[in-house]
Amino acid sequence: MVAITMVYDQLRPEERMLLQSAEKLGVDLIPLSASELTVEVSSREKPSEIGDAVLQRCVSYFRNLHLTAALEAKGMPVVNSFSSTLTCGNKLFVTLALMKAGVPVPKTFVAFTTKGGLKALEQLGYPAMLKPVVGSWGRMVAPLKDADSAKALFEDREYMYPIYQVLYIQEMVKRPPRDIRCFVVGDEAIAAIYRYAPPGEWRTNTARGGRAENCPITSEIEELALKAAKAIGDGVYGVDMMESENGLVVHEVNHTVEFRNSVPVTGVDIPEKILEYVISKAKR
Amino acid sequence: MPKAICPECGVDVEIPEDALVGEIVSCPDCGLELEIVEIAGGSVKVRVAAVEGEDWGE
Repeated sequence: MVAITMVYDQLRPEERMLLQSAEKLGVDLIPLSASELTVEVSSREKPSEIGDAVLQRCVSYFRNLHLTAALEAKGMPVVNSFSSTLTCGNKLFVTLALMKAGVPVPKTFVAFTTKGGLKALEQLGYPAMLKPVVGSWGRMVAPLKDADSAKALFEDREYMYPIYQVLYIQEMVKRPPRDIRCFVVGDEAIAAIYRYAPPGEWRTNTARGGRAENCPITSEIEELALKAAKAIGDGVYGVDMMESENGLVVHEVNHTVEFRNSVPVTGVDIPEKILEYVISKAKR
Repeated sequence: MPKAICPECGVDVEIPEDALVGEIVSCPDCGLELEIVEIAGGSVKVRVAAVEGEDWGE
């Protein structure tokens, strides 16, 4: 039997659901806390506690990325791969990969100083959005309402860790108070949800209390989600899109998807689909 | 059932037999969320669970 190792930080509802699905499918899924793991990277030998493939579920991006790098270098199939995780973990790299693949994205600039940021806003106009290139769940995403508030936010960034000084500035897309998350597993769009911002909040992230509702997968959503996923590489993704006045645009591709709120509303067994995909990647 | 001690209020927290490292349990007394960091036989160590790290996400 194929043995899959699930590496994780905190055992969240998603990881519990994956363990339950594995039991149902008769899959040997071994949970392994990354906190207990040591990997010798100067040897090609794989750690004895690791199975035939790895399901990467670490919630800490840097731990996720570096552990994936170490395991993949030993020839282990890891879902998602190092390359996908590296790209998805940075909003600028995702935008560039999507652009290269011809996927529509919101109008976006990158700048590195207050002066550069304000110059970008002269072209974008107000309101616009400032997003950290590395970050999730809407953390530190800020609306830029006018030049004064933009200048203040940019200046704050100058006192932060250098990654936050990369200014990723995006148009504020005119959209309904929701966005779309489409789950892609391999070459299949398996489920989609609308994410509605909670009262008093404009961010739609379900980790911030956003509400999930089933979203029928139209041919447009499917085509765009698969194209976006292909731009990153073979894997399991949450492709986020907005309904702009000019059609759908993709603003993010997520590599370690959360699905606790999506399974009940879509009726799709997302953890089962993920496990089946990882099994297909396992070395027999 | 194994037990851990709540680092905030000091009461015993019962840990389910099938608990794993990284699992979150609540203190029955103060309600604090605790993360299991070590399981060695009947002895379980917990710490106050992190809610959100700077690099956490999807």
